Order: sequence, then structure tokens, then C-alpha cells
Amino acid sequence: MNATQVTEADERLLHTSALRKLMGRPELGSVVGAIAVFVFFAFFADSFLRASSLSTVLYAASTIGIMAVPVALLMIGGEFDLSAGVMVTSSALVSSMFSYQMTANVWVGVGVSLLVTLAIGAFNGFMLTRTKLPSFIITLGTFLMLTGLNLGFTKLIDGTVSTKSIADMEGFPSAHDVFAATITVGGVGFKVTILWWLALVAVASWILLRTRAGNWIFAVGGNKDAARAVGVPVTRTKIGLYMGVGLGAWISGQHLLFSYDVVQSGEGVGNELIYIIAAVIGGCLITGGYGSAVGSAVGAFIFGMTSKGIVFAEWNPDWFKFFLGAMLLLATLLNAWVRKRAEATK
Amino acid sequence: MTQTEGRTALVELSGVSKNYGNVRALEGVSLEVHAGEITCVLGDNGAGKSTLIKIIAGLHQHDGGTLSLDGEETRLASPREALDRGIATVYQDLAVVPLMPVWRNFFLGSEPRKGVAPFKRMDVEHMRRTTHAELLRMGIDLRDVDQPIGTLSGGERQCVAIARAVYFGAKVLVLDEPTAALGVKQSGVVLKYVAAARDQGLGVVLITHNPHHAYLVGDRFVLLKRGTMVGNHEREDITLDELTRQMAGGNELDDLRHELQRPS
Repeated sequence: MNATQVTEADERLLHTSALRKLMGRPELGSVVGAIAVFVFFAFFADSFLRASSLSTVLYAASTIGIMAVPVALLMIGGEFDLSAGVMVTSSALVSSMFSYQMTANVWVGVGVSLLVTLAIGAFNGFMLTRTKLPSFIITLGTFLMLTGLNLGFTKLIDGTVSTKSIADMEGFPSAHDVFAATITVGGVGFKVTILWWLALVAVASWILLRTRAGNWIFAVGGNKDAARAVGVPVTRTKIGLYMGVGLGAWISGQHLLFSYDVVQSGEGVGNELIYIIAAVIGGCLITGGYGSAVGSAVGAFIFGMTSKGIVFAEWNPDWFKFFLGAMLLLATLLNAWVRKRAEATK
Repeated sequence: MTQTEGRTALVELSGVSKNYGNVRALEGVSLEVHAGEITCVLGDNGAGKSTLIKIIAGLHQHDGGTLSLDGEETRLASPREALDRGIATVYQDLAVVPLMPVWRNFFLGSEPRKGVAPFKRMDVEHMRRTTHAELLRMGIDLRDVDQPIGTLSGGERQCVAIARAVYFGAKVLVLDEPTAALGVKQSGVVLKYVAAARDQGLGVVLITHNPHHAYLVGDRFVLLKRGTMVGNHEREDITLDELTRQMAGGNELDDLRHELQRPS
């Protein structure tokens, strides 16, 4: 689209091949990786190519991908969020317990949960921009506090580590439809989280590439001081990014709750690293200022293929973490190499 | 200043001082910037140039003295406010975001938008076209406005930042050591754009520690030393030699020369 436009302006652009353009995309490394993983499991796991397997892989990818999108945006904006994993559990716990204790309708709890997760995100962003401490420290603190609150509150209110069933409450069926329905296409059931995931990727890509906010996100991650100097509201952008993570945690948390009807309060620990891994595999620079939402989706897809592919291949799932780690290293090296090439040949 | 009677300065600092805790960074500095003129601020490292620039740019507030814009005494609360009042600052090392494409950098912080909320989006085609055209007008013929600005040379990056300020209707352009990290040829290119901006009627504040660069384009010269103003000259009141001498330490330099003299 832009190629024709700029070509009119400058004939030298003809030499910039489509390949060069492709090389400059942040998600290229992850796409190559995804194809490699796909071929690998298609070869070694007989059942990998079935439609039902695809559904399982996509589901696994979507549960990570929904969070990987806002986490990727945050990383492009130059920050981390270590509290993202347990925030998902907090979100589910708040809906469940608030609905059960206070009202008869689960949708009230769902609404309250959204406010709570957005508030946690805003708290992270506010603390970060106010104290100017590294986000690693701030969100590590939030991570520990939320982990404690999740367990503490659940035991205090329900007496055990899991919440009470809300399956017979008003609004449960409709909430289940929105957050955890299964849609059957051609005889194969696909989870609705896949739609949530794709929608988030689309919206996030649009924000990044086409809106003013997207420009600000790249800028605060790439060079915060330069951004501030030309009038970019750095504080507002960072707080907004953390609230985006809160929004993702809300969607994920509601799915966690409504796909069953109870929540285990100790869940979610460690997932924050998986989200970051998906974003990094997808081409996000760990130092900020570079990356894409689509890349994070490819990263999540690689995660889904690997975690389920090992099962389909009937290997011991203990190997999964090894694969994930190797993938992370390879993808990062590949990304660095591709970026160097792309910039050197310009 | 007798020469400027009847004209209101775009920016006028009078006896401005600034403290960081118990450190006196700036004391009693005065300068004025007029439309179509270049005011050079000269000083060695640690002389207070950066502090001065930050006050004009709205990053810091002054503790004493007055800052007037168009004759109206004021206090700039933020870089945004300074920009809104027509003061654009181009920093030596933080003019741009290196990984972002040229066109995104060009419009950063002032992106033109189209469409209705909540679907307001950047007018990307317009941004690309304008970036290319504006840079061409300044004499920079870019192959591809989509390339990361970090791939441009230091001089070109400064020029993009200057072109951006001019495009957005700045009345006052503050340049922080625009030639410090550049070679001779690149410096010349940048100074040419500084002069071009002046000819378009902008008031320019040029911060530098190179008196040769300053004297090539400057209309008035403010000399800083250890946070205080040691000189404020009109161009006709001072020669390049005298400026260089003062800049290099004045009488201290004579003493040094004396000390270093070879025995004959």
C-alpha cells in the first residue's frame, strides 16, 4: 500500500525489495520458528494434523495469547509486569467471591472484577511512574502481594483454597457463553477464547500501527526522554499500558472462572513468565521500543503447539519446559540476527 | 540593550537563577531571543548550559529572576506548555527515538488524526508524504521515510529534528549542542539549517562550546562560566578572536600560554 505511494516520490525505492520489507518486520523470526515447530510435530506426532488437535492447540495458545498481547504492548512500552500471572487468578476470585457473597447475579461480580483488575494495573503504573523504580521491582512487589491476597482472602471467606461453586447462580449460563463457550465448526469444537484472542490481536495491532497512542507506546519504550521532550504524555501512556494488562487479566480470569465454576486460589504463579516469553519469541525487544502484537500471537501459538505437540507425540510432558527454553533462546538469537541484517542493508 | 528598543523579545531571561538542592547551577543569567536572530550560549562543560536550556524548554522551573515570553512574565510548567507557546527544543542526544521510522519520529507528540472517536487514527499517508516533502525542502532527500531514524547520520537526525520544529510552527528554536558530536562537514550542514530556520523568521538559541560555529551564525553571544554569566555581547561588539579567548578561559589562557611557553 505504501510501497506504491512512496515509489512515486522516489524511484530509488524500487530497489528496496519486498523481501527487505519482510526482513524488517519484528515477527519474522517467530513465523520462521512457528513453521519449524509445526513441521517438526507434524512429522513426529501422528495425530497433530487432525482438526481436533488444531482446536486443542489453538485453545492452549489463546489462553496464553490473551495475556501475551497486552504484555507485548507493555514490553514495547519498555516495562515488565510480573504480577500478570496471579492477576488473572485475582480477577477470577473477585468475580466469584463478590457474586457469591454480595449478590445473586454473577454479572455484578464480573463488572466489579473488571474495576479491580484495572485498578491493580493503574496502581502498578502509578507506582512505577511516581517512584521511578524499575518495573521489575514494583511488579514483583505486586506479584507477591496478590499471591498472598489470593490465598489469604479465599481461606478467610471460604475456609479452603478454592472458591464455592457459582454454577447455580443467576447469569452463570450467559457469562459462561461469553467467556467459555465452545463453538462447533465442521464437527470440531473451538473455544470462544480463540475469538477473544484474535480480537485482542487485531485491536492491539491497530492501536500500535495506526493510532497516536501506538506512536506513543513505541516512543516511551524506545527513548522515554526524547518522547517527553516532544510532548508525549509518558506517565499516561505507561499507566494505560498497565491497565491494558489489567484488562487482559480480566478476560483470562473470567474464562478461568466460567470454564469451570470454582477457582483455585494458588493458580497463575509462573504464567507471567510464559506471557513474557511469548512476547519475546514474537520479536519484542526486552529493552523496549520494538515488537508487535501479531508477533506475540505467533509466540503464543508456538507455546500451544509445543505444549500440546509433546502430548500428541506421546512424550513425557516434563520435556516441555526444555523445549520452551530452547525456543526462547533460538527465537531471540534469530530476531537479533534478522534485525541486524535488516538495519545493515538499508 | 539599546539596540533592541521598541522590539519585544520572543524570549527574555532576566537575572535567572536555579538551584538543585544546595548546588547553585545558575545565577543571574540574562539573555534575549528575537525573531530572525540567533542567540548563542557558550560555555565549557558544567557552565550551566543544560540547566539554562531546561528552563527555556519547560523541563525545569527557575528559582529566581524572570522569564518573559513576548514581554509577558511567565513560568513554564512542562515541555508541552513550552511547545504550545511556540518554543521547540532539539536536544543533542535525545532528539529522536532511534528504532522508530523517520515519519513516526517527525510527527511524534503532534500526530495529525482523522476519523471520529473512538476510531480516531493517525493520517499515515499524510504523515509519510509530509515528512518526505518537509525534509526535501530542507535539502535532505530521504530514500525511505520508513527506515528507522537510527540509521540516519547524526547530522541528518539533527536536521530532521530541526525540520520538525520548523514545520510545527515553532517561533523559538532551542538547539542543544547540535554540532557537538559531528564532523566538520556534518556540522556545516547543520549550521546551514540553523541559518535557514533563522531566515524563516524564527528566533534561535544555539547552545555550543565551539566559538567558531557560534560566530559563523550568531547575532548575540552569552558566555556562561560555572553557573554565572561572564559576558553578553552583540555581534558588532566582539570579534571571533576575543570570543574564542573568553570562551577558552580569557586571562587564564594567557597565564597558561605563559606557563607552557618553550624556553627560547
